[in-house]
Amino acid sequence: MAKNTLSTARRGRRHPLATIALIVIGLVSTGGAYALFSSTASANTPASTTTATVDQGKKLFAANCATCHGVNAGGVAGVGPSLYGVGAASVDFQVSTGRMPLANQGVQAEQKPAQFTKDQISALATYVASLSPGPGIPDAKYLKGNGNLANGAELFRINCAMCHNVAGAGGALTQGKFAPTLSGVLPVHVYEAMVSGPQNMPVFNDKNLTPAQKADVITYLKYLDQNPSPGGIDLGNLGPVSEGLFIWIFGLGAIVGVTIWIAAKAN
Amino acid sequence: MAQQDDGGSNAAAGSAVVKSEAPVPSPGTAVVASDAFENPGLPPHRLRVTDLDPRKDRVAERRVYTLFYLSIVGSIFAVAAYVAFPIIPGNSASVRLNTLFLGLGIALGLLGIGIGAIYWSKNLMRGDEMSESRHPTRGSEATRARAVEIFKEGNEESGFGRRSLIRNSLIGALVATPLPAIVLFRDLAPAADPVPLLKETMWREGTRLTKDPSGVPIKASDVTLGSVFHVIPEGLNDKEDRLEEKAKAAVLLMRLRPEDLKVSPGRESWNYNGIVAYSKICTHVGCPVALYEQQTHHLLCPCHSSTFDVTNECKVIFGPAKRPLPQLPIAVDSEGYLIAQSDFHEPVGPSFWERS
Repeated sequence: MAKNTLSTARRGRRHPLATIALIVIGLVSTGGAYALFSSTASANTPASTTTATVDQGKKLFAANCATCHGVNAGGVAGVGPSLYGVGAASVDFQVSTGRMPLANQGVQAEQKPAQFTKDQISALATYVASLSPGPGIPDAKYLKGNGNLANGAELFRINCAMCHNVAGAGGALTQGKFAPTLSGVLPVHVYEAMVSGPQNMPVFNDKNLTPAQKADVITYLKYLDQNPSPGGIDLGNLGPVSEGLFIWIFGLGAIVGVTIWIAAKAN
Repeated sequence: MAQQDDGGSNAAAGSAVVKSEAPVPSPGTAVVASDAFENPGLPPHRLRVTDLDPRKDRVAERRVYTLFYLSIVGSIFAVAAYVAFPIIPGNSASVRLNTLFLGLGIALGLLGIGIGAIYWSKNLMRGDEMSESRHPTRGSEATRARAVEIFKEGNEESGFGRRSLIRNSLIGALVATPLPAIVLFRDLAPAADPVPLLKETMWREGTRLTKDPSGVPIKASDVTLGSVFHVIPEGLNDKEDRLEEKAKAAVLLMRLRPEDLKVSPGRESWNYNGIVAYSKICTHVGCPVALYEQQTHHLLCPCHSSTFDVTNECKVIFGPAKRPLPQLPIAVDSEGYLIAQSDFHEPVGPSFWERS
């Protein structure tokens, strides 16, 4: 009898529900992995100028930035640009998001943990701003996310969505460059990026998007962050790429699996 | 149980196989083909575990009715979830919960029936193979004769063949019925010649460049280095067909260092201190080209990755587009606002037959 049970078990290794179980396991693990990867929230320190002095900033600059940007921030040809006129906003954005100091020369400076404390960044920003006037750290009243949401969404669609995606998920540019995701980016950094135009992002000065309009855009981004997609799992909001991949693998996979199960003979 | 692989005893039920005869070689053919395909028939019947073990049979039965009961539970759950998780206006999370549970319930309801029915038929319904021949398509002689007779009777009784005036006038009426539709649908086409519409945009000499969507005019001094402005012609928002006009007249305004610009002869006066304006409509299939990289001065189309070099008069450097983006000649008026010198010098957007 034991032998018979064994032979039945062996012949019945494809349990009728095995296909469905496999599909369910696949779906759950993909969803889980996605949730894991997407929950890397950034915790950047907000900028504030309190005890910063130009001297402190100058020392920090000489030690950390002068190799590429020149001792007097005048730039080094072929290595780093001049920082005259970039303003405190640019310094705060680049250094607090960890893009500067640059880890290595590449197509694009990428976000990483900030290398300096809040006070040090503030000192650096004050020093660079003292060299030549430029856009300053934005006023906190524009960063609360209590502007006009509908207006912000329209401005975002017209000015930002072509690169950053209409849901702020980011997107590809030419030759390996990309527009980063805006999910979880602090309002102060969004504002500073608009006024300073980091790397290949164009500048949106206060004549193009007024401070109130920038606050509206920030309101829209805050709304996107806080409201889940009503259509279910957003799959990164990457449009046909992620959605197509999902439906071709799991949708078609499920159909193939079910078809095989229907056509297979019962044990 | 040890005999379960031997399906010989039941094979008779599935062996109703019609043997097809080998083709007869025509006289005069020297070689007789002997490799004619032989119908292998159906494989020997194999009994299922549910046929052999009454215990397994009961287990399978239990699974089937459990699936059907699950389907009932799913359907009721869907109704309950629809009531329990209502859609609250303005709250997208509630939409998500509502659709999620409703979908799960309905899916369970449908899949329970479907999977249960298939499991039932695979494991419990009669499992031996059989072949059923298709009935011939041709009807019996009597049926065919009767069909012809019905037609003849119909013709005779209605007088369709005999009363030729009625028949011909009916055919004429049927032909004439669709005529109004053809005339009506023909009139859906643009009344005027569409070619000038495609060749011209709203831009005229002196039209101010204004911001999209507000329509606020742009001063040359507002456009700082590295800036990009999304531009519509002044007065567009007051137009009745503003979307049609915007689809042709949308412009991207950028400021580069004047020494970075390569200007071909005849276009020297088209930019203003490094401020250039180009049509935003891709020359490939008309997507808005607006992904501007301010350091490389590349303009990328998001649809098919056509890349235009702004420093070199928006010549195509990559992708399927064939023609450079048309440039809008700009100048500054007495108040310092940017204005167009004229319309584009060539049609914007993708090619069309009469473009020339």
